[in-house]
Amino acid sequence: MQKDYANYRFDWITIALFLLLVLFGWVNIMSASHVGEVIEYFDMDQPYGKQSFFIVFTFGLIILILSIEAKFYERFASLIYVFSIISLIGLFVFGKNVNGATSWYAIGGMTLQPSEFAKFATSLAVAKYISDMQTNIRTLKDQLKTIAIIVVPSILILLQNDAGSTVVYAGFFFVFYREGLQQIYLFIAIAIIILSVLSLKFGAVFTSILCLVFIISAHFYRKRKRLRIYQSIILGIICIGFTFGVHYFYTDVLKDHQQDRISLWLRLEKDPAKLELMKKKEAYNLIQSEEAIKSGGFTGKGFLEGTRTTGKFVPEQHTDYIFSTVGEEWGFLGSSLVVILFVALIIRILHLAELQKSQFSRVYGYCVASILFIHFLINIGMVMGLIPTIGIPLPFFSYGGSGLWAFTILLFIFVKLDSNRLYDW
Amino acid sequence: MRKLLLISTVFAVGLIFIARLFYLQIYNQDPYNLYEDNAIRKVFDYPKRGYVYDRNGKLLVANQTSYDVMFIPREVKPLDTLEFCSLLRITKEDFIRMYNKAYVYSPRLPSVFIPQLSREEYGLLQEKIRKFEGFYIQKRSLRDYQTTIGANVLGDIGEVNNAIIEKNPYYNMGDLIGKQGVEQTYEEVLRGVKGIKFIQKDRFNRDIGPYKDGIYDTLPKAGRDITITIDAVLQEYGELLMKNKRGGIVAIEPATGEILAMISAPTYNPNLLVGRQRTRNFSKLYNDSIAKPLYDRGLQAMYPPGSPFKILNALIGLQEGVVTTEDRFGCNHGYSYGGRKMGCHGHPSPLAMNGGISNSCNAYFANVYRRIIDKYDDPAKGMDIWSNHVKSFGLGNYLNNDLSVGQPGKVPNSKTYDRVYGEGNWSSTYNLSNAIGQGEILTTPIQLANMAAAIGNRGYYYTPHIIKSIEGGKIDSTFTQRIYTTIDKEHFEPIVQGMFDVYNHGTASTVQIPGIEICGKTGTAENFTKIDGVKTQLTDHSIFVAFAPKDNPTIAIAVFVENGYWGSRFAGRIASLMIEKHIKGEITRKDMETWILTHGLESEYAKPHSGQPFTINKGATIDIIDISELEKSGILKSTKDIKQKDSINIKPKSTTQ
Repeated sequence: MQKDYANYRFDWITIALFLLLVLFGWVNIMSASHVGEVIEYFDMDQPYGKQSFFIVFTFGLIILILSIEAKFYERFASLIYVFSIISLIGLFVFGKNVNGATSWYAIGGMTLQPSEFAKFATSLAVAKYISDMQTNIRTLKDQLKTIAIIVVPSILILLQNDAGSTVVYAGFFFVFYREGLQQIYLFIAIAIIILSVLSLKFGAVFTSILCLVFIISAHFYRKRKRLRIYQSIILGIICIGFTFGVHYFYTDVLKDHQQDRISLWLRLEKDPAKLELMKKKEAYNLIQSEEAIKSGGFTGKGFLEGTRTTGKFVPEQHTDYIFSTVGEEWGFLGSSLVVILFVALIIRILHLAELQKSQFSRVYGYCVASILFIHFLINIGMVMGLIPTIGIPLPFFSYGGSGLWAFTILLFIFVKLDSNRLYDW
Repeated sequence: MRKLLLISTVFAVGLIFIARLFYLQIYNQDPYNLYEDNAIRKVFDYPKRGYVYDRNGKLLVANQTSYDVMFIPREVKPLDTLEFCSLLRITKEDFIRMYNKAYVYSPRLPSVFIPQLSREEYGLLQEKIRKFEGFYIQKRSLRDYQTTIGANVLGDIGEVNNAIIEKNPYYNMGDLIGKQGVEQTYEEVLRGVKGIKFIQKDRFNRDIGPYKDGIYDTLPKAGRDITITIDAVLQEYGELLMKNKRGGIVAIEPATGEILAMISAPTYNPNLLVGRQRTRNFSKLYNDSIAKPLYDRGLQAMYPPGSPFKILNALIGLQEGVVTTEDRFGCNHGYSYGGRKMGCHGHPSPLAMNGGISNSCNAYFANVYRRIIDKYDDPAKGMDIWSNHVKSFGLGNYLNNDLSVGQPGKVPNSKTYDRVYGEGNWSSTYNLSNAIGQGEILTTPIQLANMAAAIGNRGYYYTPHIIKSIEGGKIDSTFTQRIYTTIDKEHFEPIVQGMFDVYNHGTASTVQIPGIEICGKTGTAENFTKIDGVKTQLTDHSIFVAFAPKDNPTIAIAVFVENGYWGSRFAGRIASLMIEKHIKGEITRKDMETWILTHGLESEYAKPHSGQPFTINKGATIDIIDISELEKSGILKSTKDIKQKDSINIKPKSTTQ
């Protein structure tokens, strides 16, 4: 045992990046939530005080995770997954409703959000299943089974009215693709994105015509691997069906506020009166957060000096919109640094994942990187107005115990797995 | 290859994010400005505007507090418009109009909603303003005139317009600025510097305390008081004399260049331009294109000076050595030259200089003028020398004074005639009317008063100015520097004597004041207007220029009465009365005072607008104002009571003849 510990090599770069993000996040939560002049770091009435407590608790959590035998996570992956699903189902009975989503357990004075923890549980389960000797991701049967693993928690989360967290599960696509999913799925994914955007922006009819022109010209000009006529026709029908489906989904399935968010993102609303109304309601957050970021300029206004932050102009600024605080108080320099830190962390994890000898560790590493990436993409993209509003937190940055702990567990299980790779035959 | 998908996506997203940040924070960015930050409320603290005193320490202009309703359009929340409008006594349409106007100006900057509330309105609104989000009350200082006179001297303050705000960033929407008179010229002295408080707001537009504990806040700097050179008593008397007439009076203290009185008639009560009525009253005054009460005739009216200008020609003749005081010239009811004749009235002939001046003989000055211009072979050279002498008296140029308006007048030189006739194609006879001040020369009353001051001083003047002292400051040093004319001192005595004789036995002998040695010169200026595009001659302007006493004068004055006919008829009387008032402090020539007060020219002024054919000069009409009416309205006793009754008198009254 003694020898084992001596040879554990924790990846200090990952840990350092993690620490930087958590600390910088805490600093910004303080800016976004402090009231008055005096700051008491552990004032439990204030979000930043609570966050201090969460961070201290996180360190205990890290020690715990790192001291458990690495094999434990692989062995108990299924059990953790099952437990996580049960906790999600339990919400329907014991859950506490906050802001319209029934995603919290209230334990004493604290709340826990099982959907946050479901992310690492699902990652473990996916890694376990894919790394099973008998699984072949290229077969349809196994693909369906793998998808089932992620669909179960995402459906449960969606039912609790937390659509944002559901979107995160799309990130597993990167994992499957890395593990050998056919190329065609990538094309389909890209096609779905392009067709959806085109259909919403330019209308279903225009997009359908565009599809037909594209398919017909592909049919006539492509010399090799030409599709048969009936294949082309079916492809055309699918494309047109999908295009109109998107349109139907947008107008009839999505709720009003979701529609508005997409409409704002793609600048669909032309009526200035309605637009003005939207700006006061759905777009209010977005406008305020963009203004706050803009007002930061190159160097920012300085710690605790942001006038919009101090004035609480951006609602939810210490949670989902924490990045706007960075933008205002630390300016272009600080915001770019955060972007760079996230990119560095994700790349580092991917790099380590590729070094893993065990497939389980590698798949799990990919899951971690993908989940972090989706959060990074959606959260910062949303705060800067590049992506429609989807309310998910910025990992390590946003205020909240569940989020911080869940991301810490997610990351540090991988750190543990990685440290063990030399012994992993 | 499969390994690269996520890595490259992460890189791409990172780059896109940094590009977006660059766009938001650097490319699409004005430098951060505390004033533009709408998370910070800017509250201005307006200092007391400086008071204005007259030369004897009488308070003319003080302050009163007023309250403006301000608002920031985009912070206005739905409100009970009915209640709000009834509190402010406006209609809902007004509300919408004002809101939209301000919104177009800027949705996020404060605009004035209702300026200058009355005390009662303020009292009512103050308690309820909290209910109307986005609105607040701004305290401001308004002018409180302690007098009803001197509107053209004192000027007024009004709201800044967009053009001013763009030019001068000190001013914000709704700020007040001096618009005319000393309020305009001494704006920066009087206004002081406003203070500013930066207050941090939250998103509900609530104040949550001073921004950064107020380190950027500034205290207001109080405006400084000024004392002006005007003698309020003389000014008031001059305005009284000018009632029912149009014209201007400028009186200067020759020893200092201080303007003692500056009257323009018709005038108005300065109290009309205070408060919410300002805009309405101002447009009324502004749009009166007939009486033009905003047009300062003492400063802006350019007319041919007529006979007073002859004095300058005499001085120039002596200076150039082309004439002596003893040279006599004959006058045969005028001066004939090249088949033409410049007419003159009946008087002894021939005359030397003294008689030429006191009898205002046209033929005498025609001879002098020709000698000046024809001194050299080239009339252009003579003309330019003459022109420079004239200009040295401050004619033909702005006087660089501290008055808000002015006109340069006009003094011709050789180039003027070269342009008209071609170089070398003209001689002194082409512009002989310059000899008697009727040619291409144009002057303003203040220039003539200044000329009189320079003659009274025997050869120098100080730039006429209106500032006497500034609290804690100095007046412009150019106002205390003598400016010498090009005429040597010794040439003035015979001229002064001539002007004295104008009073003794000349054209102004009827307006003598016992006990005061006045030197003066009458003037009668032909003038024309256009009626339906036809140049039509009107009754001559009555002009008088004087200074007194003869030695060490204390007052130099120019009076000009539009269409008053000959010089001593209106202008001469008024000048004598003003001089007596200034020197003695009381009037002994009550007969002359009563005549001026009971005679008006409104029906003469109405003639060109009547559409009927009319007669001028010998056919001039004069209005007789019933003396009992004057006493009834209190004019003859005191002007203090006029304040309430006085309204803008813009229509020529129909009067008895």
